[in-house]
This record gives sequence, structure tokens and C-alpha cells, in this order.
Amino acid sequence: MKSFFRTDAQPSLAATWVLSILFFVVLIAAYLLGSYYRHLENPQDKVMPTFSEMLDGLKRSAIEPDRNGDLRLWIDTLASAQRFGLAIAVIFLAIPLGVGMGLFPYVEALFYRFLVFFDKIPALSVLPILFIIFGLDELSKIALIVIGVFPTVALDAHLRAKSIPREQLHKAQTLGASEHEIAYRIVLPQIFPKMLDTIRLNLKAMMLLLIAGESLAATVGLGYRIFVVRRYVAMDIIIPYVLWMTGLLFLTDWFIQWVIRRRYVWVDK
Amino acid sequence: MNPYLLCLQDVEVSYPTNGNRPGTRNVVLNNIRLNIRAGEFLSLVGPTGCGKSTILRLILGSQFPTRGQVLVDGQAVSGVDRDRGVVFQKYSLFPHLTVLENIAYGPLLERTSMLQRVLYTPAYRRIRRQSQEEAREYLVRIGLQPWDGDKYPYELSGGMQQRVAIAQALMMQPQILLMDEPFGALDHNTRLAMQLLILEQWEEFHMTVIFITHDLEEACYVGTRVIGLSQYWSDDDGEPGVGSIIVTDLPTPGGHPKPTAMRATAEFHALLEQVRHDALDPTNRQRLQQFNLTHQDALKPEPLSAPEVPEAEEKADA
Repeated sequence: MKSFFRTDAQPSLAATWVLSILFFVVLIAAYLLGSYYRHLENPQDKVMPTFSEMLDGLKRSAIEPDRNGDLRLWIDTLASAQRFGLAIAVIFLAIPLGVGMGLFPYVEALFYRFLVFFDKIPALSVLPILFIIFGLDELSKIALIVIGVFPTVALDAHLRAKSIPREQLHKAQTLGASEHEIAYRIVLPQIFPKMLDTIRLNLKAMMLLLIAGESLAATVGLGYRIFVVRRYVAMDIIIPYVLWMTGLLFLTDWFIQWVIRRRYVWVDK
Repeated sequence: MNPYLLCLQDVEVSYPTNGNRPGTRNVVLNNIRLNIRAGEFLSLVGPTGCGKSTILRLILGSQFPTRGQVLVDGQAVSGVDRDRGVVFQKYSLFPHLTVLENIAYGPLLERTSMLQRVLYTPAYRRIRRQSQEEAREYLVRIGLQPWDGDKYPYELSGGMQQRVAIAQALMMQPQILLMDEPFGALDHNTRLAMQLLILEQWEEFHMTVIFITHDLEEACYVGTRVIGLSQYWSDDDGEPGVGSIIVTDLPTPGGHPKPTAMRATAEFHALLEQVRHDALDPTNRQRLQQFNLTHQDALKPEPLSAPEVPEAEEKADA
């Protein structure tokens, strides 16, 4: 313990792993304990289901068809993933827009202040407006995610494009590069890995907006499901669903990091 | 008619001072008059903050004079273009491209159309392969290994990076090569090797080089002509001058390129001492009349605070 708070400490692999899983173990143990005592008092307790109850809930969602013959977990995941994927595809367009703003003063004058203002709109507050304009179907839910995150990504790309040293732009010009070459062959590829990071860090915000949209108006989707089963206090469904969503986001995050490390070895060197 | 490749004509660079008082301007360059012949290797030295890099940017075309003009081949410089190459101390290389891609970038742009590049056509891929093969040959000639071509710039040492940056600029065969402290971040021995490299390339490509450095010995060794720029000068009445001005303009002795033994000679050291005293010593405010402007192409400056010199005299100087 003498070396715990030392900047030059070199924990062994075993120590690193023990420490890394410590809080997971504590959390699970605390839950099990709480669940155990609640079930002692009331075997019908629904607030803290046991692991076997949750496993059963998961089984009912994932492998046993419901009344309509659907495997709920999978159709929910597919529906949410579709919305999420479409929103991300649109959000990627924020990157070239931000680069354009960062490099071309006229484009900046056109979009910058508008986007800063737009960025400050609390996305959830426009949800009723979206429902009124676009109706209750897919478009409004995707629009909500885009409205929430697109300006952030565009503004970040704007800042990053601006921080590319002017020397790089002049250098490219001496090599005969046109304005568009500079923007989309010199600057955009240089900031792209950083933008992947920005999108990665905004995954949670996107998921938040997706769940908000689904909870209010959907017939299928991960967010829709947890709010439906909430009426029956079906914690044995809700908790596995939350863990499933977290896991999916965690994997996506990890995958993006892997792509950055693998594909863009020159970043931060 | 005009024997000079590059002319800076009464160039002034100034900007309004912060107080927004009308009429007051911060003068960076007062009255720069410089004629440079094709094939010259011009070294530019001066105290910190004297505006060396500003002159370089004026010639590059990334900045424009407040007054006067910069002419290349008699044409006013209107922006950065492929006729003038540049090597900076850093940021010359594109970090996301491999060494070969960096070197071949200019030729590739030259030989392919935007449509070909966007569509990634077979012709584009063929030309890209050719350009990169040429780049690999050139890589060996500037002292790198063929396999270094597939590395990213961050994988090379500082000296190797600057070699690549020079190669990248030279692939365009620019009329004028501008270098802003290109070896400033390198250790002494690497620096000496790089000086020889750039002299070799200068001879081979018959370029005109404008070379900025804070190392006086380097300036006098590589340059055929040494220009000292300084903000520490005074007019003939002893009043401190405003902005920087060319206070020294000398040919360097010893032939071009010089044998390395030249560095050890008394003549060379006398030159260093003189330029150091005249141009680099902030405590020495030389008067206009004392400026050492003995190069054949040197022009006497006519700073704003000094009385007007008749037109005829200017012609006689040129």
C-alpha cells in the first residue's frame, strides 16, 4: 500500500485485474445481498429479482416467442439499431460541414452562429414539436438524435479543422492542391480519427435521445420495451435490458477505439 | 530586361495598434528593397522578432505587404502557388500520409485530374504507382533507405523528416525554394549534414533559395549572399528607426558551394563577427549611412522617417 499513490507505481498484471473488477464484484455482491434479504421477507419481491429470475426474464425475451410469435429482445434490438444507425449516418455528414466551416470563412459565416444557437436547444424540448410535425413514426425519433448530436459534432470538427497549422495548408498549396483538395484530402483525413472519438463519446447522448423518443412513441424498440414493462414492475426484464444496452454501447465504443488504433497509427504521434 | 527573378519593392508591413488611435500603426517591416537574381542562395538573419518569417510569407504569398509589392518574374505575387516551394521547421509533412505519399503528393496532383482522383480510376492508380516509384528512387538519393518510404513521418527522426520535407518540395522543381529555420530543431551534426544536402540539391536543381536561420555560421556557410534584417537601427540624425530594415547585404567569400574547410578560416570568422555586430546586436543601433550594403545587387533603403531620395538615384543603384 505504500506505493498506491505513486505516479511511478508499476502494478502487476494480477493486481491490475483484481483492482479493475473490484467495483463490479462489490456492486454484484451488494445486489445479491439486497435481493436475498428482500426475498427472505417477501418471496414474491419484484423490485430486486434474483439472478435466476432475471435469467428467466432474459430467456422469455430472447428465445421464447411472445403472444405474437416475436422474439422480443431481437426485434427490439433490431428496431433500435436501425434508428441508431440511420442517425449516425446523418451525423457523419457533420464532419465535412465542420471542416468546411473551419477552413472557408464564408461557410463559417453562413453556419457557425446558427449551429452554436442550434446546439443550445435542449433536444428533448423539441420532441413534442417533432411529434407534431413528423408524426409518431421513425422520422421524428431519428430527427431527435440528429438534432441533439449533429451540431456538437459539426462544431467539434470546426474547432479541430481550425487547429490544423496554417503551414500545412500553405504547404499543400505549394504542391498544387486546390482549395477542395486541402479541405477534404489534407484536413479532413487528419481530423477524422479525432472525430470518430467525438462520435464515440457521444454514443451515450445518442442512446439517451433514442430511448426518450422510443419511450414516448414506438411499438417496438429497447427503450419502448423497458417503459412498457415498467407498468408491471418487471425488473427481471428491465435489468437485463439495461445491461444489454450498456453492453452493446460498450462494444461499439471498444470497436471504434480498435479501428482508430488499428487504422490510424499516426494519430497523436 | 529585368535581370532579377525576385524583387521586393519598397515593401512595408504594418498593422493598426491596439489602442485604435487613428494613424498609429505597428510597423514590422519598414522599407524592404531587395533584388534577387536567379540561382542565388540567400541567407536571411536577424534578431528575434525582426520579421524574417514575414518576408518569407510575403514571397510565399501567404501574406501581403501593406505597401509596395513583391514581384516574381515581374509579376506581383497573388497567393501561394506551385512555383514557390517551402520547407518549414515543422508541419511541412502531412502526418496522415506515408513518406512516399508525402513526396509523391505534388507530382500526383500535377499529373491527374480531380475527377480521376475522386473516382479512383485505373489511370489514377497507375500514375500514383509511378509517382511513388520515382519518389522511392529520390528517397535513396537524399540518404534514406527504400523501406523508409512506407513509414509515417512520426517514425522518422527529425533530420530524416526534414530530408523528406526537402524532397517533397523539390519534387515540384520550384523556381524558388523558401526555407524557414529548416534545421532549427536538429542537433549540430545532423545540421551540418543537412547543410551539405541542401547545397547539393541547390546545385543540381539550379534553384533560387531563400534561407532563414538563427544560426549565423550556417547562414554564412550555405548562402551566396547574406542579408541582415534588424529592428535596431537609427536614422542619420540618430533617431531610433521604426520597424525592421535591411542593415547588412553582403556576398559571402569562398566560392559556392564552399568547401567545409572554409568554416575554419580567419576570413570566414571575420565575416561572422561583422554580421553579428552589425545585424544581430540589439545594443548597436547603426545609422543608415553606416549600413554595410556591399553586395552588387544591394539597394539603399529609404525608410519612411528618412527624407525622400530622388528617383534618379534609385535607378543608379539598381
